Amino acid sequence: MKVNGVAQPAPADPRRLLSDHLRHDLGLTGTHVGCEHGVCGCCTVLFDGAPVRSCLMLAVQAEGHDVTTIEGLAASDEPLHPVQQAFHECHGLQCGFCTPGFVMSVVGLLHEHPDPTPEQVDEGISGNLCRCTGYASIRRAVRRAAELTQK
Amino acid sequence: MEEACALLSSLEDAKVLAGGQSLVPLLNFRLARPAHLVDINRIPNLDRIYERDGGVAVQALARQADVEDSQLAARRCPLLVSAVRLVAHRVIRNRGTVCGSLAHADPASELPAVLLALRGHVVARSTRGSRIIPAGDFFTGVMETRLAHDELLVEAWFPASTGRFAIAEESRRHGDFALAGAVRYGDRLALFGVAPTPVLADRIDPTHGLQPSGDLEASPEFRLHLVRVLTEKVFAA
Repeated sequence: MKVNGVAQPAPADPRRLLSDHLRHDLGLTGTHVGCEHGVCGCCTVLFDGAPVRSCLMLAVQAEGHDVTTIEGLAASDEPLHPVQQAFHECHGLQCGFCTPGFVMSVVGLLHEHPDPTPEQVDEGISGNLCRCTGYASIRRAVRRAAELTQK
Repeated sequence: MEEACALLSSLEDAKVLAGGQSLVPLLNFRLARPAHLVDINRIPNLDRIYERDGGVAVQALARQADVEDSQLAARRCPLLVSAVRLVAHRVIRNRGTVCGSLAHADPASELPAVLLALRGHVVARSTRGSRIIPAGDFFTGVMETRLAHDELLVEAWFPASTGRFAIAEESRRHGDFALAGAVRYGDRLALFGVAPTPVLADRIDPTHGLQPSGDLEASPEFRLHLVRVLTEKVFAA
């Protein structure tokens, strides 16, 4: 499988979840694990470009596919990805635990709807839970991310 | 496909892994501990959504998001598209499959009730051959179906929904499992979340014979109340 553009060997254990493989075997701890049953959205990654829950896939299922994690959006010496920049500008995070999942979901949302309606924004982020911000600033961040992406 | 069917017939205690959005949480929580998983995701040409007998056939690897976006489904079976939009969240639907929802047969799931209301069917395949199982016979209990242990659900068929239709459900949060739900197609009413399987009901007396279970989220009485309200709602649509 390719993770953030780099070919990586399959895990030795076929029972390994993709989320655990990313974190424990590849050291990509930006992908967070909250609920481990698909409800919280913290572990969202892009699978062949579409957002999916990495805790609901086995790592071996990603063989031959492209996985993008939060680390793959922008290198540390590069400017932030527009979605990251928007979350930063709009204060779309407080503790930050849910943020990687939100950012990956919003990247997927803006890919499908580059200029989302308020309803599409709500639908697009409804699968991610945040316990700090109350979502208002996250909604603003999605709008801002759409503007930054279209520039 | 042959390999998958051969594995299902030869392995003891094997489960089919398609989208995994229901099965993998059960594995993560050790609520299901099958000895083997048969991952069908690499079977070629099993992800089509196509027109068959005037309705929409959805193959085993067609993702819920693909059905949600399908022009054919929107034209032929808009009820199916409305129902799919109520299944969890888009990120889950990117991976989850329609056939998987049917085979999993969660009592609170929308798609089994839609298949029942529309009088659709599923196609099961094994090394012994293929057979069609009508929706009315398919669901037998909580997460139990007529599928034999060696059978793979390869396709679901939803008849064209040209008549008046509606689906409504009540859940605590957007995308959660429904506390109760109602599907209307023409004069037919199917309920979900209020019995071990989806059930057909009479719109005049929709709670007749129902004995829903109670839990922390809803008492049996509240579920019966929801059935009456949701029935009114879908027939007002």
